[in-house]
Amino acid sequence: MKMLTLKSDHITKIYNRKTIFKNVTFSVNEGNAFAITGKNGSGKSTLLKILCGVLSPSSGTVSLSVNDQQVLYPEYYPHIGLVSPYLNMYEEFSAEENLQFIKKIRGLDSSADSFTEELLKEFGIYDHRKKEVRNYSSGMKQRLKYCAALLHNPPLLVLDEPASNLDEYGIEAVRNRMHLQKQKGVLLFATNDKDDLRFADTILDIRQLNIGE
Amino acid sequence: MILQSSYHIFVKEFISEFRTRYALNALLMFVVTTLSINLFSIGHDSPTQEILSGTLWIVIFFSAMSGLSRTFVAEEERGTSLTLRLLTDSTSVYTGKLIYNFILIFVLSIIIAIAYLLLIKEFSVKTYSIFWLTIILGSAGLASASTILAAIIAKANTKGTLFPVLAFPILLPLLLTCINATKLSVDGAFFSEAIKEFQILISFAIVMVTTSLLVFDFVWKD
Repeated sequence: MKMLTLKSDHITKIYNRKTIFKNVTFSVNEGNAFAITGKNGSGKSTLLKILCGVLSPSSGTVSLSVNDQQVLYPEYYPHIGLVSPYLNMYEEFSAEENLQFIKKIRGLDSSADSFTEELLKEFGIYDHRKKEVRNYSSGMKQRLKYCAALLHNPPLLVLDEPASNLDEYGIEAVRNRMHLQKQKGVLLFATNDKDDLRFADTILDIRQLNIGE
Repeated sequence: MILQSSYHIFVKEFISEFRTRYALNALLMFVVTTLSINLFSIGHDSPTQEILSGTLWIVIFFSAMSGLSRTFVAEEERGTSLTLRLLTDSTSVYTGKLIYNFILIFVLSIIIAIAYLLLIKEFSVKTYSIFWLTIILGSAGLASASTILAAIIAKANTKGTLFPVLAFPILLPLLLTCINATKLSVDGAFFSEAIKEFQILISFAIVMVTTSLLVFDFVWKD
């Protein structure tokens, strides 16, 4: 695993002339878990999207360093695994086909095949891998998102509401993964669940930022 | 890497389309409807070759408008655009979808052209080389412009109406040139007489693809 650091430097997001959050500055190093909490609509998901590089901030910068070398877009993405309610899988494809597509597009070799199988088993959807995703329940879709996010073994795992839609078994699998990720990389997540917040080394309460100015 | 990713996106689009029929059904229905209306409106009259060349491109233009926007609109509606954004760079996404759109509109244009030649007896092509090259280059122009427009309108609220409204001024020079070239083909002009039209069509496609590659990253990311 490579040494990774994520830095957020004075990030501000203004949407429809409303300041969602202002001057968000922090840094997370490998072996740490960073949590973002705050009420619904406070901008947790928006902040995560900016940190993942899929949304531009109104001002400020996000930088990702691997072994002290700054990684720039688009080389940024292979280091990130994201699970979010805004990220969906292709419903007309089966779980297996979705993961195959991701593997091919990420240029992963055949050694990823056994890891795919492991992930599908770990998240309890191996027996349903040939079913089209449109026939999945919301919990199964959430489990598949975890498989997709972890497929390339990302050093930075970003989770938006990690336990949403999951049953007890699913929550346990996710928490095991969160624990593992914290040991071998960086874990960044947004939640209001107190059980999930126990994983965090640092908690950023987005309510404390200057919002609505 | 870009070529490889583009290829996988193209294959994904192709399989996805055959499973969901998002664009295909709309396109084929539009072709059948517009060709039928054309046939009924012509009746026993004998319209000029100029009018028939124009109506051929009206059918192709509006059929393309009804289906080509789906490539990006479907990604936004299904929430898969974020997945794609995290998987690969914007150039691969644009290139993959451009190739898919080109093949879709190219096949569609050929179907429309064959149906038009078979059903409308007054429309008789004399120089087939000009006619088919116009169809190929016209399809390339339509695909290049509509791919970037589809990416722009995918984030708007009024997607359905915005696409043809935005596309019309951009595609007008392309359509006029295609109509001129088609008219030359039915008039029996020599291939060399249509070179200027082909130069315009090639330039249009090159300019659209180059501009799209430059701006696509901004459109795709925000």
